[in-house]
Amino acid sequence: MTEPAITPELIQKHGLTPDEFARIETILGRRPNYTELGIFSVMWSEHCSYKNTRPLLKGFPTKSEKILVGAGEENAGIIDIGDGLAIAFKIESHNHPSAVEPFQGAATGVGGIIRDIFTMGARPICALNSLRFGELTSPEVRRLFTGVVSGIAHYGNCFGIPTLAGEVYFDKSYEGNPLVNAFCLGVLRHEQIARGAAKGIGNPVFYVGPATGRDGLAGAAFASQDLTEESAEGQRGAVQVGDPFMEKLVMEACLELLATGVVAGIQDMGAAGLTCSTCETAARAGTGIEIELTKVPQRAPNMTSYEIMLSESQERMLIIVNKGHEAAVQKIFDKWDLPWAEIGFVTDTGRMIVRNHGEVVVDIPAKKLTDEAPLYTRDSREPAYLAAVRGFTLAGVPVTKNPGADLQALLAWPSIASKNWVYRQYDYMVRNGTVVCPGSDAAVLRIKQDAVPVLPDGTTGPAFEDKFIALTVDCNATYVYLDPYEGSKLAVAEAARNLACSGAVPLGTTDNLNFANPHNPELFYQLKRSVEGLAEGCRAFNAPVTGGNVSLYNQNPSGPIDPTPTVAMVGIIDDPKHITTQWFKDEGDVVILLGNIVDAADPLLGLGGSAYLQSLHKLKTGTPPRCDLPTEVRLHEGLRGMIRQGWIKSAHDCSEGGLAVAIAESCISQQTGRSTPRLIGAEVEIPGDQRLDALLFGESQARIVISVNPSDVDGTLAFARSAGIPANRLGTVGGARLTIRAAGTTLATETNVLHDAWWNAIARAME
Amino acid sequence: MKAKITVTPKKAVLDPQGKAVQNALEQMGYKGLRGVHVGKYLEIEVEGDRETVKAQLEEACRKLLSNPVIEDFHLVLE
Amino acid sequence: MNFAVLQFPASNCDQDAIHVLKNVLGHSARLVWHKDQSLGAVDGVIVPGGFSYGDYLRTGAIARFSPIMQAVQQFAANGGLVLGICNGFQILCEAGLLPGALIRNRSLQFRCENVFLKPGSSHTPFTRSIPEGALLRIPIAHGEGCFYADDATLDQIEREDRVLFRYVDAQGNRSEESNPNGSVRNIAGICNTARNVGGMMPHPERASEPILGMADGRWIFESILAELAERQKSRAA
Repeated sequence: MTEPAITPELIQKHGLTPDEFARIETILGRRPNYTELGIFSVMWSEHCSYKNTRPLLKGFPTKSEKILVGAGEENAGIIDIGDGLAIAFKIESHNHPSAVEPFQGAATGVGGIIRDIFTMGARPICALNSLRFGELTSPEVRRLFTGVVSGIAHYGNCFGIPTLAGEVYFDKSYEGNPLVNAFCLGVLRHEQIARGAAKGIGNPVFYVGPATGRDGLAGAAFASQDLTEESAEGQRGAVQVGDPFMEKLVMEACLELLATGVVAGIQDMGAAGLTCSTCETAARAGTGIEIELTKVPQRAPNMTSYEIMLSESQERMLIIVNKGHEAAVQKIFDKWDLPWAEIGFVTDTGRMIVRNHGEVVVDIPAKKLTDEAPLYTRDSREPAYLAAVRGFTLAGVPVTKNPGADLQALLAWPSIASKNWVYRQYDYMVRNGTVVCPGSDAAVLRIKQDAVPVLPDGTTGPAFEDKFIALTVDCNATYVYLDPYEGSKLAVAEAARNLACSGAVPLGTTDNLNFANPHNPELFYQLKRSVEGLAEGCRAFNAPVTGGNVSLYNQNPSGPIDPTPTVAMVGIIDDPKHITTQWFKDEGDVVILLGNIVDAADPLLGLGGSAYLQSLHKLKTGTPPRCDLPTEVRLHEGLRGMIRQGWIKSAHDCSEGGLAVAIAESCISQQTGRSTPRLIGAEVEIPGDQRLDALLFGESQARIVISVNPSDVDGTLAFARSAGIPANRLGTVGGARLTIRAAGTTLATETNVLHDAWWNAIARAME
Repeated sequence: MKAKITVTPKKAVLDPQGKAVQNALEQMGYKGLRGVHVGKYLEIEVEGDRETVKAQLEEACRKLLSNPVIEDFHLVLE
Repeated sequence: MNFAVLQFPASNCDQDAIHVLKNVLGHSARLVWHKDQSLGAVDGVIVPGGFSYGDYLRTGAIARFSPIMQAVQQFAANGGLVLGICNGFQILCEAGLLPGALIRNRSLQFRCENVFLKPGSSHTPFTRSIPEGALLRIPIAHGEGCFYADDATLDQIEREDRVLFRYVDAQGNRSEESNPNGSVRNIAGICNTARNVGGMMPHPERASEPILGMADGRWIFESILAELAERQKSRAA
C-alpha cells in the first residue's frame, strides 16, 4: 500500500507546525514516514503533551504526607487513606466527542476515566461528572443534554459503578460546545499500586480486550482543535462506540491478573490507543518496546499501520507480563471470554519499534516522543472585557420589588434547580456504599472490604473498619469569566466548603481545565490566571492536585466558552457519626448563619456575577464575590469542630442564589421516595441594612447555613466566637412555609410551592 | 445464505418507544400515522441445508432471539 | 444458612447480596460462576441484579442459557428457594421460572429512586415476616422494569395470591403516579405457582442497613431465613 507523501499540507493537517516538524526530523535524523507523522501528531497534541500548559501546571501544589503517587507520574494520582488503603482518582474531559455525538461521546468519556483508574490497580467504586450546556430553550441544547446524560447513565449503570454526584450549568457560552468532564475513583491497598511501565527486558507485551477498528481515528488530535461548523458533521465518523459490558469484563480480568503478581506493567489504550500506551510505558521504564501489528486483533479488513496505531477503539489494555508467565494471561482472559494477543516484547534499545508483516514501519526514540514535545509559553494579555466588568456598579440595578417571586424564579433557574432529572437516570446506589445520595452538598460513600481488589492469596486482606469519603465537583464559571484568578480560588473554596458541610477533611484535588484557544493572548490570560488561582486555593486547603486534564480549543463559531476549571475534591470523614447533610431535620431547631451576612467590603455586596443578576436582570457582569482563603479555612475548620461536638444537624453552603436559596434548599431538598419530599418550613430574619436583594440573593463567600438543637445554640455560638467565625442566629425550623424577613420586607411561601419550582424545573424545560 | 429476522413487540404490549417515535413524527408534521412499533432486525450469515437451517433458526427465534411473551418474529431466508 | 449468589458476566449487585447475607445477617454466602454446572450444597439461591451480558438482545435473555441455570432449574424443581432481584427477576422470567416479562420503562429512561411497596401476599417465603400492614421503602434502579403479562396470566397470578409487591405511594395507595415504570397492575414482584421462586425489581439488598438510610429490605431476607429455618425444623422432626 502506498502511503501519502509528507507534504506541508499533510503536516498542517496533522496539527503540527513547521518548527515542530523540523524538531521531529532532528529527533529521527530523517524525515518521518506517514505512520510516524501520525504518531508524533497525537503524542504532541495538547491532550497528550500539555505543550501549552505544562509550565503553568508546575505551579500546582502536588505533595502532602498522604500522596503516594503524584500528579503526572502515572495515569492517576493515589492518596493514602489509612489502614494500608489508598484511593486513586482523576477527572477527564470528553468535550469534543460529546459535541459531535453526545451519547457515545459521553459514554466513552466515562469508559476512559474508569480505565485510567483500574490501570492503577484500583477497583473503581464511584463516578462523578461535571456538565455544561447552552440554554435549555434551544432544542439542539436539549438534544445534547439528553444524549450526554443518557450516555453517562448507559455506561456507568451497565458497568456497575455508582454515579454519585455532579454539577450541571447552563449558559449560552457553551452552546455548540458542551463540556463533559467525567471523574472516577477507585480503591486499592498500597502494595497493589500498578505502574504503567514496560519493565524487564525481554518481557512479553500483551494486547487484551476487543479488536481494533477504525474508531475514533486521531481523537486526541481532534480534541485539540477548535470546533468548527463542519467538524460536527465531518468528524462524526471519528467518534468511538463504548461497550461497558466489555469494559466490566476487562476490568475484572485485569484485577484478577494483577493479583497473580506476574504483571510488570499495565496501561490502558485511551487517547492515541496503541501509540500512547507503547511509547509511554517504554519511556517510563527507560526501556524500549517492539510490537508486530499483524498480531494485533483487528476488526476491520486491510487496516494500515497508521490506522492500527492511531485507532481509539475502546476497552483495550496493554499489559507487560514477567517472562515465563504468559499462561496466566491466557487462563484469566479465557475465563472471561476476552480476546488477548501477545504482540511484542520489551527491549533495551529505548526505541519504540513497530513492525507490520516483519517490516519496520515505526522507529522512534520513545522518551523523546513522550518527553520532548515542544513547550510553549504563550502570550498573555488581560482581556478587554474585564475593564467593563470592574467598572460595573449596582447603581443602575433596581432593588427587587417582589422577592417572593424572585426566590421561586431562582429556584427554578436551571443552573440552581434540582438536578433530579439527571441523577435519577444514574444508578447512584449500586455497590451498597452510598450514604449520602445526590442532592446534598457533597456525596458520601462508604468504602468496605469488598471494594478492595483481590490480593495474591485470594482474599481482600486484613479486615478494616469501613471508611467514609466525601466527594464534590464544583466550578462557577461565571465567576471565573469575570475574574479568572479570584473565580478559580472561589471554585476551590466552594469544593472545600461542600466537603466541610458533609463533615469531611479535604485529601486532594483533581482538576479539569476547560478553556478556549491558547493562541489568543486574552484567552491564554484566562488560563494562566486561573491556574494560579487554583494553585493558591488547593494550597490553602491542603488539597494538593493529584492530576487532571486539560481541554483547550473549547469554542464554537460564536465565541469562546466561559473559562471552566472544574474542581473535583475528595475528603475523608473519620467517624460516620460526623456525616452531615444539608436539609433541616426537626421542628424547633435553630437556624444559624456561620460567616458574615454580607461582605460589606465588596462594593457589589456579593451580587457581582450572581445568579440573581444573570437570571432576573439579564446581567452577566460585575466583579465576583471576594475570596479570602484564611477566612474560608477558619470557617471550614470551625464547622468540622462543631460537627465533632455533635451539634450540627444540617449544614449547607451558600452559593448560587445566596442565603435565601440556601435556606430554601435546606427546607425542600430531602427526598425520601418517589414523589415524596420531606418538606419542613422555617421562619428567619436576615439582619442588615444593605439592599434587600443583596441580603437575600447576594453570593458573598465563606457562609454556611447550619441548624442546631435549641439546647446547643449557646455552645455553637460560643464555639464560633472563640474560633473567630461570625455567627448570626437567623430563626427557627418548622411549619409548612418558609418565611424570610429582611430590610423591612417579609416574604412567605409554602414549602410545597418552592419544592415544585425547584424540583420540576428541568423536567418542565425538557418537555 | 443470509437469514433476516425481524422481531417486533406484540401489539398488546406497551411500546413506549414506538409511541415516542410516533409523537415525534407527528410533531414534525407527518400526518395520518396509525401506529409506530419499534423492533429489532437481525442478520445472520449461515451455511447448510436450507430446510435444516430454517428449522434451526426458527427454534433459535423462539428460544433466544425473541421472547414469545412480548414479541413476534418474522424469519426470511435469502 | 448457605446461599449461592450467581455471578454472570456483568452481574453488578452480586457483592451487594453477599454483603447483606454475610455481613449484615451473619449467614454464609458465596459467588457461583455462571459457567459452573452445580450450585453445591445450598439452602437458597439469589440471582442478583446487574446487566448480565450487557443487556444485549433482551435483558436476561442470554444469561438464562448459562450452564448454571440448568442447576437452578433443578434446584427450583425440587422446591429450593430462588429469589431474582432486578436483572435476576428478568433472567428468571426469560428462563420461564416466572411468568411474564420485563420491558422498557414507560418513561424510556433508566430510573434510580426509592419507591414504596405494599406486600401483595403474606403467604410467600419472601414476604412472610413482613409486619401486617407495613409499607416498605426500597430503591429501584432499572431501565427495563415494566412488568408485563397478558390478562389471563395476571388474573391467575392474582387469584393464586402470588403478587409479592405492588408499587404504591407513601400512603399506601396504588396509583399511576406511584408506578415508576408502567408495570401492569403496579406489580413490582411475583412468585411462581409453587411459591418457591420469587422475583422483584426493587433492590432489598440496598435497603438493609440503617447507615444507607433504609432497612426495610431486610424483611425480605428475614422472610427467606424464617422459611428456611422452618423447613429445616420440619425436616429434622
